[in-house]
Amino acid sequence: MANELKQRHINRDELLMVGIQTGGVWVAERLHKLLDLSQPLGKLNIAFYRDDFSRIGLHPYVNATTLPLEVDDRHIILVDDVLHTGRTIRAALNEIFDYGRPASVTLVILIDRNGRELPIQPDVLGCSISLEQGKHIKLCGPDPLSLEIRSNS
Amino acid sequence: MDTISIIEGRVIDPATNLDLVTDLHIADGKIIAIGNAPADFTAAKEINAKNKIVCPGFIDLSVRLREPGAEYKATIRSETEAAAKNGITTVCCPPDTDPVIDSPAIAELLQQRSAKAGMAKVLPLAALTKGLKGEHLAEMGILKQAGCIAVSDVRPIVNTNVLRHALEYAATCDLTVFLHPIDPWLGNSGCAHEGVVSTRLGLTAIPEQTETIAVARDLLLVENSGVRAHFCRLSSGKSVEMIQQAQDKGLAVTADVSIHHLLLSDIDIHLYDSQCKVCPPLRSSLDKQALGDGLKNNIINAICSDHQPHEAEAKLNPFSMAAAGISGLDTLLPQCLRFAEQMGMDLITILSYLTEKPAAILGIDAGTLQVGKVADICIFDPNKNWTLNQDTMYSMGKNSPFFGQELKAKVYFTIINGKVVYEYL
Amino acid sequence: MNSIQLNNQGRLKHFLDIEGLNRKLLINILDIADSFLNIDTKAVKKVPLLRGKTVVNLFFEPSTRTRTTFELAGKRLSADVLNFNINNSSTSKGEALIDMLRNLEAMHCDMFVIRHNAGGAATFMAQHVAPHISIINAGDGQHAHPTQAMLDMFTIRQNKGDFAPLSVAIVGDILHSRVARSNIHALNILGVSEVRVVAPKTLIPTGIETLGVKVFNDLKKGLDGVDVIIMLRLQRERMKSALLPSAYEYFQSYGLTESALKVAHPDAIVMHPGPINRGVEIDSSVADGPRSVILQQVNNGVAIRMAVMAISLGAVSEQDSN
Repeated sequence: MANELKQRHINRDELLMVGIQTGGVWVAERLHKLLDLSQPLGKLNIAFYRDDFSRIGLHPYVNATTLPLEVDDRHIILVDDVLHTGRTIRAALNEIFDYGRPASVTLVILIDRNGRELPIQPDVLGCSISLEQGKHIKLCGPDPLSLEIRSNS
Repeated sequence: MDTISIIEGRVIDPATNLDLVTDLHIADGKIIAIGNAPADFTAAKEINAKNKIVCPGFIDLSVRLREPGAEYKATIRSETEAAAKNGITTVCCPPDTDPVIDSPAIAELLQQRSAKAGMAKVLPLAALTKGLKGEHLAEMGILKQAGCIAVSDVRPIVNTNVLRHALEYAATCDLTVFLHPIDPWLGNSGCAHEGVVSTRLGLTAIPEQTETIAVARDLLLVENSGVRAHFCRLSSGKSVEMIQQAQDKGLAVTADVSIHHLLLSDIDIHLYDSQCKVCPPLRSSLDKQALGDGLKNNIINAICSDHQPHEAEAKLNPFSMAAAGISGLDTLLPQCLRFAEQMGMDLITILSYLTEKPAAILGIDAGTLQVGKVADICIFDPNKNWTLNQDTMYSMGKNSPFFGQELKAKVYFTIINGKVVYEYL
Repeated sequence: MNSIQLNNQGRLKHFLDIEGLNRKLLINILDIADSFLNIDTKAVKKVPLLRGKTVVNLFFEPSTRTRTTFELAGKRLSADVLNFNINNSSTSKGEALIDMLRNLEAMHCDMFVIRHNAGGAATFMAQHVAPHISIINAGDGQHAHPTQAMLDMFTIRQNKGDFAPLSVAIVGDILHSRVARSNIHALNILGVSEVRVVAPKTLIPTGIETLGVKVFNDLKKGLDGVDVIIMLRLQRERMKSALLPSAYEYFQSYGLTESALKVAHPDAIVMHPGPINRGVEIDSSVADGPRSVILQQVNNGVAIRMAVMAISLGAVSEQDSN
């Protein structure tokens, strides 16, 4: 994934890598190290942008969004662990755009699974997996990182 | 004529210290015999009072009828009927109607309308000053002739000079004065007893001294004038002490308490329960206890319902903006029995505060079951439980903090002037 | 105590009173407020949390600052915000509160933020409102002002970190102050070591000790060694009702001056819910001085109110869907 990203982005100065809390941040931290980026890593918490607020309410959480650099005209590398329905990415894009107008957004996903509900596809992908309905794949971490498949209770 | 025999009831008459399972016979509106019926007596109606209590009809020293002036809350008809259905055969109506009972016309209106209703008897209390404004003396002599049983201030008389003269004049007319001890300044914007509860809930406070200062002032003027004085709705323990001192001194001073002040305290306001907003306010649990002791020691001589019916909207407000008062006719007997149970007081004693003793305060020939006396009688089942709700409440005002509670004692028959005016079916 | 505030999962549904809430809930409010703090660094100073929701500000008492921060908080959460400023004298004669409530319910609003001069008004609303509506108390009589207390706690945490070792003095008109009552509850729930109230006897309500405070009638004794000083606003009407002789004499005895501040801990912070009466309860040099965090309080007001609104409406929605 790091290699693929290297090939995609020639101009490394205008990059900003952003991980989505919490699994996406762990993946982004690895990629950030492998690519040896000079810019600090951004962390996105999409809790305030979720579309299921009116069903599940606001859950207590600790990590706030931190975007260390201006978003305007920057090439954003958006990183998440699992791409499922696509709703998280929708929320993340909304939040990024509330900070400014990026030049581009590249979506980097560790695991793509079936069950998409929105027209969102990864640009850079680790691997694909097909799961039965009701099963979930979850990244556990941060150290070491491991994958777990769970059933909906 | 109506002749009634009440058979096998437990007849309790506090005035004669009678507590006996026996029969009681009525003719021509009067009690004609207790025990065996006179020879040649035949009862047109026989009431089986087995396992029930037969006692004098209750005398309630404070019942707001709301008529004239606030008929959307209640009427003479509705409330005298509610009273009768709860065994209350005589009610005193405070003068703060609209217009005020400060003219014979209003006093007569009350008596005529209540007589027409044929339920509980109404004894109007006349205003001590015209319009209850605390400025000019009301025509007490004329009001007495018009049937007013006593005179009352209801609202504080600010001008001490006026109060002094009013008491002197009432004494001249041989009228008992019903005094509501409330200082006109202290706590006059308050809505709850000054204490931990008012502080916690941020409610404007009514200190204990609002009452005690007025009791002190009134007692000095009562002593000076020699008037018979009755202190209405005591709420604080200190007031009880002061009344006791006055009684010990030999002053003609009596006092009453509302049943809710004996059962509730400021803690019951809980989360701004506007049903617990009353005037005087519910005070601390220590005050509640002192009032109960005052009653037990006969410093306080009567329990009243302090009945104040309201339309629902009057209470549907934040606490400080809600109207004060409880609709109390329906709960007077059951709650008195609950209080007696709490205090370990026997039945004949608790009933004395509802019968013989208020009759003595008013100076009326009622509240007893002696042969030859008017047959105002209540027959109730002390063990019949029922729940207070919209349907079981007879008063037009449904405002009560006891809503939803299971109550003891149900009235089965009420007899007024020898006629059965109510029978529970 | 005020269990009406919580839904059956124990989540905050109405925010009426600090009393009866637990430490975890208060900390949660502070944490969420923290994450709303940086919202003004964004190009779009909004989050879409309450998009499509309607918040009604019902103010029966004039207040520019509190109303504005609630309005701003609602808008930053993307809610539609309506403001009703109701002259109280007209409602006491005219429309009853309950009728107004029914009317607003019929307009399908989701949250009422209420300020009223009757203690318990917000509780009254919560007791009678339809279950899908959340009530926020923006100050009820002398009873409570819970969002002010939370922003005060937020400011204290920003400056002091830990609550446990703190000694806090609340100075001024305790009797009439809903801010004082809510702060006393919040400080005790968060576990500070000591809460003091400092005022002349005329401004101390009966039995205030039962809320967990020590009473001082002398300013210097009351401020001795404290870490946080919360000054309260003194209304001019108090002079008229014979509670105090004059504003000048009050300032002489209870005004926070540089010299009075000397007895406090050297790092003590000075707070005030505003608006300030300079020269009555606080000297300008202190209000504008290095110890003052008054402007920080103002800045924190929006984030705290956003947190409370989002949490409460979240709990209401959650309950609806269950």
